[in-house]
Amino acid sequence: MLSRRHLMALALPCLTAPTSVLADWEVNMTPGVTDVSQAVFDLHMIIFWICVVIGVVVFGVMFYSIFAHRKSKGAVPAQFHESTTVEVIWTIIPFAILIGMAIPATGTLIKMYDTSDADIEILITGYQWKWKYEYLNEKVSFFSNMSTTQEQIYNFDEKGEHYLLEVDEPVVIPVGKKVKFLVTAADVIHSWWVPALAVKRDAIPGTVNESWTRVNEPGIYRGQCAELCGKDHAFMPVVVKAVSENEYQEWVLAKQELARQEFELNNKEWTMEELMARGEQVYQRACVACHQANGLGLPPAFPALKDSPVALGPMEGHIDMILNGVKGTSMQAFADQLSEVDIAAVTTYERNAWGNNVGDMATPKMVAERKGQ
Amino acid sequence: MAAQQSYYVPEQSKWPIIASIGLFLTLLGLGKVLIANSAGADPSFGWWMFGIGFVIMVYMLFGWFGNVAQESMAGLYSAQMDRSFRWGMSWFIFSEIMFFAAFFGALFYARFLAVPWLAGEGDGASNVLLWPEFQSAWPLLTNPDPSLYPGPKEVISPWQIPLLNTMLLLASSVTITIAHHAIKVDNRPKVIKWLAATIALGAIFMGFQIYEYIHAYRDLDLTLASGIYGTTFFMLTGFHGAHVTLGAIILFVILMRYRRGHFSGKEHFGFEAAAWYWHFVDVVWVCLFVFVYIM
Amino acid sequence: MSAVVDSHAHDHGHHGPAKGFTRWLYTTNHKDIGSMYLWFSFIMFLVGGSMALVIRAELFEPGMQIVDPNFFNQMTTMHGLIMVFGAVMPAFVGLANWLIPIMVGAPDMALPRMNNWSFWILPFAFGLLLSTLFMEGGAPNFGWTFYAPLSTTYAPPSVTFFILAVHMMGISSIMGAINVIATILNMRAPGMTLMKMPLFVWTWLITAFLLIAVMPVLAGAVTMMLMDIHFGTAFFDAAGGGDPVLFQHIFWFFGHPEVYIMILPAFGVASQIIPTFSRKPLFGYPSMVYATASIAILSFIVWAHHMFTVGLPLAAQLFFMYATMLIAVPTGVKVFNWVATMFRGSLTFETPMLFAIAFVILFTIGGFSGLMLSIAPVDFQYHDTYFVVAHFHYVLVPGAIFSIFAAAYYWLPKWTGYMYDELLGKAHFWLSFIGLNLTFFPMHFVGLAGMPRRIPDYALQFADFNQIASMGAFLFGTTQLLFLFIVIKCIRGGKKASAQVWEGADGLEWTLPSPAPYHTFSEPPTVK
Repeated sequence: MLSRRHLMALALPCLTAPTSVLADWEVNMTPGVTDVSQAVFDLHMIIFWICVVIGVVVFGVMFYSIFAHRKSKGAVPAQFHESTTVEVIWTIIPFAILIGMAIPATGTLIKMYDTSDADIEILITGYQWKWKYEYLNEKVSFFSNMSTTQEQIYNFDEKGEHYLLEVDEPVVIPVGKKVKFLVTAADVIHSWWVPALAVKRDAIPGTVNESWTRVNEPGIYRGQCAELCGKDHAFMPVVVKAVSENEYQEWVLAKQELARQEFELNNKEWTMEELMARGEQVYQRACVACHQANGLGLPPAFPALKDSPVALGPMEGHIDMILNGVKGTSMQAFADQLSEVDIAAVTTYERNAWGNNVGDMATPKMVAERKGQ
Repeated sequence: MAAQQSYYVPEQSKWPIIASIGLFLTLLGLGKVLIANSAGADPSFGWWMFGIGFVIMVYMLFGWFGNVAQESMAGLYSAQMDRSFRWGMSWFIFSEIMFFAAFFGALFYARFLAVPWLAGEGDGASNVLLWPEFQSAWPLLTNPDPSLYPGPKEVISPWQIPLLNTMLLLASSVTITIAHHAIKVDNRPKVIKWLAATIALGAIFMGFQIYEYIHAYRDLDLTLASGIYGTTFFMLTGFHGAHVTLGAIILFVILMRYRRGHFSGKEHFGFEAAAWYWHFVDVVWVCLFVFVYIM
Repeated sequence: MSAVVDSHAHDHGHHGPAKGFTRWLYTTNHKDIGSMYLWFSFIMFLVGGSMALVIRAELFEPGMQIVDPNFFNQMTTMHGLIMVFGAVMPAFVGLANWLIPIMVGAPDMALPRMNNWSFWILPFAFGLLLSTLFMEGGAPNFGWTFYAPLSTTYAPPSVTFFILAVHMMGISSIMGAINVIATILNMRAPGMTLMKMPLFVWTWLITAFLLIAVMPVLAGAVTMMLMDIHFGTAFFDAAGGGDPVLFQHIFWFFGHPEVYIMILPAFGVASQIIPTFSRKPLFGYPSMVYATASIAILSFIVWAHHMFTVGLPLAAQLFFMYATMLIAVPTGVKVFNWVATMFRGSLTFETPMLFAIAFVILFTIGGFSGLMLSIAPVDFQYHDTYFVVAHFHYVLVPGAIFSIFAAAYYWLPKWTGYMYDELLGKAHFWLSFIGLNLTFFPMHFVGLAGMPRRIPDYALQFADFNQIASMGAFLFGTTQLLFLFIVIKCIRGGKKASAQVWEGADGLEWTLPSPAPYHTFSEPPTVK
């Protein structure tokens, strides 16, 4: 890792307060775990070294002048100030170098754009501030939320190893298969990025962008949203779990079975306590970022739920608000994001938490009815 | 360089700072009105502010241009000063061209890229996954999400009033050129006649535009909010209309000044600047007629 | 209005400035207006810098400590807007006002009253922009690039005032640029042909052209936002047939020339200073002019390199990649010419020269990272990371800002009549130099390692470099108060400056006494 040591040398003057050891310092791009990411890394290094060489030559001449041609050493200025030949030479040489760079860059770019013949297609939708993954052929779909706690973020708890880069449900893909990502967004622009795959695609509401990967090594690869998307832009990580083909198939089956069970829950008879408990979990996952744990929100963008007319008003209105959201605001439509049970639970929770004391209870059936409206 | 006369550097002037205050109040008021309207609040405070700012701006324009006219009449301006004004006006018109270019760019982008892509051209994923019903067309009568953006029933045919309007504006270009030739030979009645004709043509044009807008809103459901067609249509024609109005006002002021004997056959840059502006407005219209109405 | 023209004698009476504050409100004097621009930009530099320090304080260690994420976003947004539109641009306009007339031998700017208006719009525009910090819902929080729909449908109400403030800045810039062009094209002294003009004047001529070409496009972009927000238009909404990416195209059509607007005058400043302290004429003057013009022309066809990840078609991606790479050629020519100017000169290292040399070196480093960013497939890894933040701060801080410092030290004796304190000037340089490298060099590393930009909190592996960057930022920030002290000290007195000031200085401005009289070149000089 010559390159790394070289960069480190540049960083040496900065050795003042850092706490961890040098070896842990990440100073370069990851070569990643795909052929494309390796090609990107190689390009990056080639261009980096070309720049270093040019820099050494140009600054070499400059520093030579600074030391040798100083007035204090009695330097007498020459009076030359023009040479068309020289100008032509230093126009043509850089141009030639650029052509040398452009050729491999073009090849890599063309490879990255070839999304044909994918084995698996995943529709990725960015929301404020979480990702939704839908496996188009396998009919598996789920949300992926950051699992780092507010306590860690606000320095009440020790920060974990994967602070801010951990999620409740990673997106699982098999190694060795071509996986196509179809990237879009539900509200503002996000950007789905996993450095180890060298995949970064903007998630743009209303259009679908395509990208692909074929991971060579099993492992867990972490990334983040890379386009400013509002308040919690820093808190919507991406975690990709690359597993063997068999493990992947098992995971798909398990997810499908889980979905069936979730669906069954809609028919269960729920008690108030059960709904409140489930509701709190759902609230922590889906609502807390805006409306806050204490239900006070962050007005005016994110209104309070405590004592709010919606939460204290008629049940139907409250459920409708959660199902349909409010157009043109950050309040999303949760109809497709949460199951009927979860909506019933979170509605119940919001009506009876933080001193809200309506006392009534929503049921999955009521939610299903409102959905039908 | 031409022979250098001493260049007229004006003394201190209060007009710029008045202009700044006026502009600030106008925009602040406008912002307050817009925000109050969006929030469903009472916008009257904003309107007052806007109104006061606007009055200050008008006062400033009279005062500032009045100064310039006086100085010009007093013979303070050299040929070099005249060139400064010419450069100033030319580059101002260039900046206006770039402003319109942004909106034309938006039109072309929407029409030739965004709409076809949403309808499945290219990789097609957007269409299949998000807008399966949507089909590309121009004029776009059915938007990707008709519940949010109900499309227009119909759009305005180019071959009726817009064609007439084209002729009116082209004619006005001719009339102002006649006036220009007349001013060079100090044929005063002719200048006044043809300048007035130009203003009249502009006014008739605006009358037709307003009629057409009412027709679009009332009968065709073609509005600012009827999707990208209505958006680009009204923004382009609307800004053009605003410029025609401004141009006509400028010509009117020039006419009044001319009647007071402000210009001579040799020195009439004020007139020429107004004429340049008017020609610019005409050319924009021709582009509009071709790219917004016909194509 | 006194009839000035008729009596040359009166004109030569060197009547000084008016008394009292109306001197500044009503002035038509290019030197007064230039000074106001420079002071205004310095105040904005401190305001925007304070915001940067809020950002760096929050990023000192992982976790949220000082501000909430929403306020953090307001800080990044306002920092960017204020530095670009409030600090760098007005500083260069200030330099243009002070220097262009005395460099081309003109009595003043071509349109002096409009010149005053260009300036006096700015305090109102930035007052309006800053007032959004105290509005309900907070200031703009969508980044200085204000991508729709975050800046439209999802924006705080204050976005309306932000839009109107941008309109005001645009009006000011366009009028300022028109004035510069009219002055350069029409007000040159006899014999001052275009190819004899100092390079600072040339670079400003081209910059002014860029300003007039792109500020209206920015005005168009924010107008579309305003319409989308308040009048239901669908420019940036796919549901109505528009496209959020359209916003980015329009913004960057403005935005890329805009970054050259901030760097071309810096090239001009370096091209004035390096020959002076090398005691040797600028190498390759014509090629410098052509290179500047080429950069300006190329700047119109490279905008989408800011958008490599938005899903452009392959052909567009390739076109914008190639076009962007081409910019390296004229930029390289400029750097080579500066080095060739120094080569076999007789160099001394007064403060302006130190800043100018640091400008060449550090700007070139920013240029190298720019070249890396132009390679589209690799940009997928760099895009929107701290690598980009490092890149543009390397071209803007040691690029634009250092050149402004260099210019200030270089011409301060001409402006005030006194030499600044050389020792303090050097201290200012070295502290700034160390501070800025500590701040921005580590950003390359965290960016490559995967830290996205515009985040108030980050994963643990980025902690060490962020700590260094934060300390560097505080060093750099506090050092700038020293600059304020040096300037005030220089205004109040010191060693008298000669007309020539610098041994190797060449140009019309050095034929004037120091300080330059209130009115200069009422009678045009003749340039041989």
